[in-house]
Amino acid sequence: MAERLLDVDGLQVSFVTEDGVVRAVDGVSFTLDRGEVVAIVGESGSGKSVTAMTLMGLTRGPNSRFGGSARLRDRELVTATEDELQRIRGEEIAMIFQDPISSLSPVHRIGDQIVEQIRAHEKISKAAALDRTVQLMERVGIPRAAERARAYPHEFSGGMRQRAMIAMALSLSPSVLIADEPTTALDVTIQAQILEEIRQLSRESDSGVIFVTHDLGVVADIADRVVVMYSGRVVEQGTLNEIFYDPQHPYTWGLLGSVTRMDREPPHRLPAIPGQPPSLVNAPTGCHFRPRCPHAFDKCGEVPPLESHVSESEDHLDRCWLDVSEKRQRREVEDGRIGLGQGPVAA
Amino acid sequence: MSTDTPPQERETTGNGKAPMLEADHVQLYFPIKQGVLIDRTIGHVHAVDDVSLSLNEGETMGIVGESGCGKSTLARCFVRLLEPTDGAIRYRGQDITHLGRKALDPMRREVQLVFQDPVASLNPRKRVGQIVGTPLRRSGMERGKVEGRVRDLLERVGLNPEHINRFPHEFSGGQRQRIGIARALAMDPQLIVLDEPVSALDVSIQAQVVNLLDDLQDDLGLSYVFIAHDLSVVRHVSDTIAVMYLGKLMELSPARELYTKPIHPYTEALLEAIPIPDPEENSRRERNVLGGEPPNPITPPSGCRFHTRCPHATEVCRVVEPPLAEYGGGHVAACHHPLNVTAAEVAGAVRSPLSPLSAGEEMPSANGASDARARGGAGTQTATAAREADDGGQTA
Repeated sequence: MAERLLDVDGLQVSFVTEDGVVRAVDGVSFTLDRGEVVAIVGESGSGKSVTAMTLMGLTRGPNSRFGGSARLRDRELVTATEDELQRIRGEEIAMIFQDPISSLSPVHRIGDQIVEQIRAHEKISKAAALDRTVQLMERVGIPRAAERARAYPHEFSGGMRQRAMIAMALSLSPSVLIADEPTTALDVTIQAQILEEIRQLSRESDSGVIFVTHDLGVVADIADRVVVMYSGRVVEQGTLNEIFYDPQHPYTWGLLGSVTRMDREPPHRLPAIPGQPPSLVNAPTGCHFRPRCPHAFDKCGEVPPLESHVSESEDHLDRCWLDVSEKRQRREVEDGRIGLGQGPVAA
Repeated sequence: MSTDTPPQERETTGNGKAPMLEADHVQLYFPIKQGVLIDRTIGHVHAVDDVSLSLNEGETMGIVGESGCGKSTLARCFVRLLEPTDGAIRYRGQDITHLGRKALDPMRREVQLVFQDPVASLNPRKRVGQIVGTPLRRSGMERGKVEGRVRDLLERVGLNPEHINRFPHEFSGGQRQRIGIARALAMDPQLIVLDEPVSALDVSIQAQVVNLLDDLQDDLGLSYVFIAHDLSVVRHVSDTIAVMYLGKLMELSPARELYTKPIHPYTEALLEAIPIPDPEENSRRERNVLGGEPPNPITPPSGCRFHTRCPHATEVCRVVEPPLAEYGGGHVAACHHPLNVTAAEVAGAVRSPLSPLSAGEEMPSANGASDARARGGAGTQTATAAREADDGGQTA
């Protein structure tokens, strides 16, 4: 079995605001092994980015409260000191952000920014660090890297900036790479290039990748395992095939139902999930998806535990009270197509 | 939207109806100025370069392309927020290309715009009632009647009319976009230009807004111009889809046919770039990831603008700008090496009047077509197409 890199267990993150306590992450658990890509999927406000940023210690602040644990091999990240985190960031865990223009300094040359990161962690000469930088930039597909290292971020296109971010993230060969919606701001043809790049790098470097995204198409393209989040909680997790072909949670059905497929005739009407995601300040009691779920019943007033309900796999977990056979019956909307369904009335 | 009507009923050309909106060889170059005391024009950004399109009443035209292809500039020309540098825009037969503010007034009532970013396009200091009511008051509606109308509009777009006194920040992204739509509907428009109306929204919310637009079109008989950066959402709303690249029209097709039979290599690349949300299908699929990036629109490439990234490009593509060839059924593409067409179709193709004036005379040859297919890869679909081409060649 591959080495376990990350073990997140019951992670809680809340922020104290004027309006009340925002429970951004409410008991999230998952693991990451060497060489695998775990996708965290969810919509705005599901807590997927906060989870990722907490692993890097980026959500700390006077108004933040934490609970649970997140261990990198044997080291606890939630309670790590700032000095420890400083070492971990870049060396052990690196992050690629959604928006490369606001995560790169506009007044420093791209190459210098990467050199600075290398020299903050390793005692090597500027020239040696620059050599490595150019190699890294070449590796992520930036043409004429030696020359481009002297350019400023505004002289790069969006796709090239994201490549530079990836080069920076790889500069210290971290064992965990967190990519937070790295392709959302890019055009589709450039997205395909960057995904190819990340896939290749994860294969070559044998690190673990956490890929945060809202796009199930991208997930199908890159992930080995999938964690589906809704309103601060993990509602389902399993292997890529389990999530796509045997999804257990109604929210996952709704997500799968609302993505468009280029290879099929589109349904007459786009299947939407009715309603809005709940507020994180006063979330509904019990299952957070209950107000939007056509299948909700009395029991949903209690929070369902995240556990395995299917006989085929112990690692396929979901948070739903419905019976497995009932789920399998209700989730299908049209020949093979999975969707949110109509609830017990129509069934 | 009417996805269930057969394609032949959704033809956009030659059915006698006067088009609602026409773009006739529209060109818009933005000057680049430089100089200390005197601004000298040192070049132009070729944002929209000789694009011709037309939209019929009650239909939806999707315009698709990546950043910098000129789709939003073209949309702003349609509503005359920008004045084209050449060519003509006609609304219901009337030339509006160079009309002044006063003269544009009647058309401005009938044509409305919905923007991409629902945060930036709503004034944060105004209440919803004021935002949606402004066009009504400006048009001279009695004060007492405005509120009732605003409530109706909010209800029409699926918002609670009780929220009339709330501010935009009190709404979620999807709801804010509904406010933008309500504002556009206030003037009883005939045509709404939607500039990436759902790009900023979550997928499950996108579907809600697309369905709303669909209902409004059915109930109110609206026409839409729907701008999008990829081919996924436009599919559900469009009757015809135009694909643009670097200021030029690459392909124009009835919506359904574009997905099953993309003729231009760029369209095919756009389709292949979108991952399929089905792991097995996705790994089975042969994808050619398009390399490179769009070139600089200040000095666009000669010949076909796509030749620098096109896997099928040959010498002719570098030199001669391809005209838009019409392959029947209103399917038009500007490519010397068309994909997914039979030899008979290539032989029968005629030069479309939509072709850019600068385009060369060379029509795609059947020879070139089969050439391109051979290079196109060994997918099963390609093999079938090649076989059909042979059959077509014999009967023709």
